[in-house]
Amino acid sequence: MTAYLVAILIFAVIYGFVALGLNIQWGLTGLINLGQVAFFAVGAYCAALTTQAGLPLLPALVLAALVSGSLGGAVALFTPRLREDYLAIVTLGFSEFVRLIFLNEKWLAGGPDGIAGIPRPVTIPGLDSETSFLVIAAVLLAVAFWFSQRLAHFPIGRTLRAIREDETVVASIGKPTLTYKTLAFVLGAALAGIGGALFASYLTYISPDMFGPNVSIYVLAAVLLGRQGSTLGTLAGTAVVAVLLEGTRLLKDYITVVDGVQLAALRLMALGLALMIIVAVRYGPGRRA
Amino acid sequence: MSGSDILVADGLVAGYGEMQILHGISIRVAPGEIVTVIGPNGCGKSTLLKTLVGVIHPTAGKISLAGHDITNTATRERLRAGLGYVPQVRNVFATMTTEENLRMGLVAVPGPVRERQDAVRKILPTLGDYWSATAGRLSGGQQQIVALGRALMASPKVLLLDEPSAGLSPKATDEVFGHIRTISSEGGVSVVLVEQNAHKALAISDRCYVLAEGRNRLDGIAVSIASNPEVGRIYLGAGDGAEKP
Ligand SMILES: Nc1ncnc2c1ncn2[C@@H]1O[C@H](COP(=O)(O)OP(=O)(O)OP(=O)(O)O)[C@@H](O)[C@H]1O
Ligand SMILES: [Mg+2]
Repeated sequence: MTAYLVAILIFAVIYGFVALGLNIQWGLTGLINLGQVAFFAVGAYCAALTTQAGLPLLPALVLAALVSGSLGGAVALFTPRLREDYLAIVTLGFSEFVRLIFLNEKWLAGGPDGIAGIPRPVTIPGLDSETSFLVIAAVLLAVAFWFSQRLAHFPIGRTLRAIREDETVVASIGKPTLTYKTLAFVLGAALAGIGGALFASYLTYISPDMFGPNVSIYVLAAVLLGRQGSTLGTLAGTAVVAVLLEGTRLLKDYITVVDGVQLAALRLMALGLALMIIVAVRYGPGRRA
Repeated sequence: MSGSDILVADGLVAGYGEMQILHGISIRVAPGEIVTVIGPNGCGKSTLLKTLVGVIHPTAGKISLAGHDITNTATRERLRAGLGYVPQVRNVFATMTTEENLRMGLVAVPGPVRERQDAVRKILPTLGDYWSATAGRLSGGQQQIVALGRALMASPKVLLLDEPSAGLSPKATDEVFGHIRTISSEGGVSVVLVEQNAHKALAISDRCYVLAEGRNRLDGIAVSIASNPEVGRIYLGAGDGAEKP
């Protein structure tokens, strides 16, 4: 039971990175990203390959952030003016493209079998491996949280928020809005990369089917639940999503009327319902949009 | 007088991605002049101003400011060269105060903040009444004046104003137009004024351009455009002012 709780918390922390990243892009700057899973996956594969080659976890995380961030930069550069409609399509397509590469390029990433035996090179004396991992990941998340908060309240964060409100106003004072938007996208992708690296290291096994579009949707849901733009809210939203998704697995042992597949469907329904309620309460009739 | 014109745009072709909106628009502005640009909704007035200030770039045509070709320069350069721009609606930094909004006017054109703010407050004294208030909470008219003030911070030679009367009461419109006239007459600033409220705009203008579907349709001195029956029929709506619905 405790082990199970630790596992849920670890997932929540890992997705916390991905959601914080999306919050910088979408919440703060208004850049829609339907393919955040791509940067998560690239971070995961990057860490899997490098830690297997003997790189310690911390440099592997940095590398994952750099690689995912650069890829985010490439996506941003290939999306004309980072317009919302183009971004939605490009990010969604890109995430599937990335998954298919990992699926088909056996030499690179093991193909459909994925990569097994990824090291989890962290232990804190006196704690078991799982708990050690949770503590270290949580500390790193706290750093990411602090960074996000600073970013949001520094002049750059105010500029990003102003871009979300109305880009033309920011452009009118001569700020290069495209550069700012690209930067936000890169930072968001880099955070997702760190999440992916932790994910690989924690599970010690990854495969392409773990990186489907549903992951992007969960993270979007987390940011939406947490009130788009709020850093703390994003983490709270992530916790809710993690509990709904992972926590309901626990019910499997207690509920016998539904089987595993049905439970998986119920899980998604619960998430959908939670989103509908939140959106209705927050943006429904009589509320200001 | 073409040689002395401060802003000259010639045959501008521009749009958004594949979609071409301006099909070769030309306008000229003399120093100290107020030039109004009118035309039906969606004809490309805002797009014209965005092209003039470099928020979007033309695929053909030429823009020059005070004799220098600025066609391929970034907005930052154009602001430094003497253009000022106030976008259509929602044109303040809503979470910032009036004071901070004015500060933003110096982002691309560094200058002494206090001195410039004092100078702008001399031109727009009402700014003092809501100097520390959050811009997003101000009335529409006050927000327009804040946006004007922000553009004035960089001491522009030419101000591009996109529908400053949009959504304002007649009283607020008169106040904003009064300020625009002061800026022009006392500061010697040229103004390109895009407006729906054609009658009121023409009343403070020297000349006027009428656009339709991304092209020049008519131009002339303001009084003659105001009394031109064709303009009245097509662009000014049912006679008196044709405000936005
Ligand atoms: N960012 C954009 N992306 C794509 N199309 C746009 C964009 N902005 C405007 N348009 C389109 O360009 C055309 C001209 O728009 P523009 O805003 O220049 O018109 P306008 O004359 O200023 O109209 P209004 O009087 O309503 O302000 C319209 O058809 C509009 O839909
Ligand atoms: Mg317009």
